[in-house]
Amino acid sequence: MKILHQIGEYLYIMLQAFKRPDKGFVFRRQLLLDLKRIGSDSIGIVAIVSLFLGAIIAIQMAYNIDSPFIPNTIIGFSTRQMMVLEISPTFISMILAGKVGSRIASEIGTMRITEQIDALRVMGVNPANYLILPKITAAVIYFPILIIFSIFLGVVGGWISSIVTGIVPSAEYINGIRDWYDPFTISYAMIKTVVFAFIITSVSAYKGYTVKGGSVEVGQASTDAVVQSSILIIFFDLLLTQLLLT
Amino acid sequence: MIEVQHIYKSFEGATVLQDINTSFEQGKTNLIIGQSGSGKTVLMKCCIGLYDVDEGNILFNDREFAHLAEKKRQQIRQEMGVLFQGGALFDSFNVEENIMFPLNMFTNMSPKEKKERVNFVLEHVDLAGTNRKFPSELSGGMLKRVAIARAISLIPKYLFADEPNSGLDPKTAERIDGLLSDLTKKFNMTTVINTHDMNSVLQIGEKISFINKGKLWWEGNNKEVLKTDNEELNEFIFATALTRRIKE
Repeated sequence: MKILHQIGEYLYIMLQAFKRPDKGFVFRRQLLLDLKRIGSDSIGIVAIVSLFLGAIIAIQMAYNIDSPFIPNTIIGFSTRQMMVLEISPTFISMILAGKVGSRIASEIGTMRITEQIDALRVMGVNPANYLILPKITAAVIYFPILIIFSIFLGVVGGWISSIVTGIVPSAEYINGIRDWYDPFTISYAMIKTVVFAFIITSVSAYKGYTVKGGSVEVGQASTDAVVQSSILIIFFDLLLTQLLLT
Repeated sequence: MIEVQHIYKSFEGATVLQDINTSFEQGKTNLIIGQSGSGKTVLMKCCIGLYDVDEGNILFNDREFAHLAEKKRQQIRQEMGVLFQGGALFDSFNVEENIMFPLNMFTNMSPKEKKERVNFVLEHVDLAGTNRKFPSELSGGMLKRVAIARAISLIPKYLFADEPNSGLDPKTAERIDGLLSDLTKKFNMTTVINTHDMNSVLQIGEKISFINKGKLWWEGNNKEVLKTDNEELNEFIFATALTRRIKE
């Protein structure tokens, strides 16, 4: 029963959020702020994690595929495929669920317990629309950019590690990343990213919006936002993979 | 004028308000007093529409409010200013942005007019020049005054204040009381203040409604409140050593 109540509550809040904003310029200003907070502020962590993951994948590939019958280009190819298909859209989204999701849940949760959301309601503002819609829009716009950036840096990370460790010559790695390219893999990654962006922001906003109590409950909501977003990401990853790649 | 007509409110079977029937008069500071847990905050939240009443009605200048759909409440809500207990200022906005927020949402004022209105209300709360400060940089009394400035930025017909003096020293509390009273007279507002501060009761209580155990127990003004023989009200008023000493 509790889960049904939560799903109903989540859908009701999303319906409120997806109404036409009262003032266009106020929405645009909030959107710009959220593009910075949710998107630009995440570039650093995405860059570091992607670069190192690409490097690690390339080294592990070289370690595991040690056969004269398999060409060295497979290392570049595998690094690219793993970054495009899974590591960037899913793994980086889970990191963003931790960073962005906890931020959204604690920000909105604090606004709830300090009566700022009540103040918005009493002023005649639709708080869900004012607080949640710009965040979802910002994530849906910015996450695909972050993921493209992550794929690029992952491939670069693999290339750097190949050169530094000498596991594969630079030319063979570059040839590998150009082998058997299927543009649909990028579309698949972008579709997943947009779905995950929506999950992260909407679930976190919902957890923050429905907080009752004090600082302990805000902390709990923040944790729940990350855990539930991560579980939903994995679930939808499986679902979308089944739907789009089979 | 705000008329509260026989309202009832309960939460999960526990009755919090029972048959509250009163009115709050225009141009006066109307005080709702009572102990913590007596139901006065619930009554105020019913008046501003944060809680729906179970029975009864609330009229704002003869316009029904309590049973209106959320969207239809918006028009009356735009005539309200509300001062929350903790101020409820938006942390990420500075003072000017906080006060400008209702102006951005509900008026078509030019940026210059909005700026003038912000400075006008800041002068009224004696905080001219603090436009660029953030809530985290303000003292408790200043926070309350900025919250008052935001509440009156649209020059509302109705002003609600939930325990405006809580957490303030007596001198600052008296200043906030004086400010609320002056603004009520100046803008001819219907002001409703929730408080359990006896100094406020005596200083600005032009109409006082005493709520006890969810019921309206007594009504009067600051001249009558000390002379009443109502036992529960006397218990509330003379609960502290200071007030008991004054009585003696």
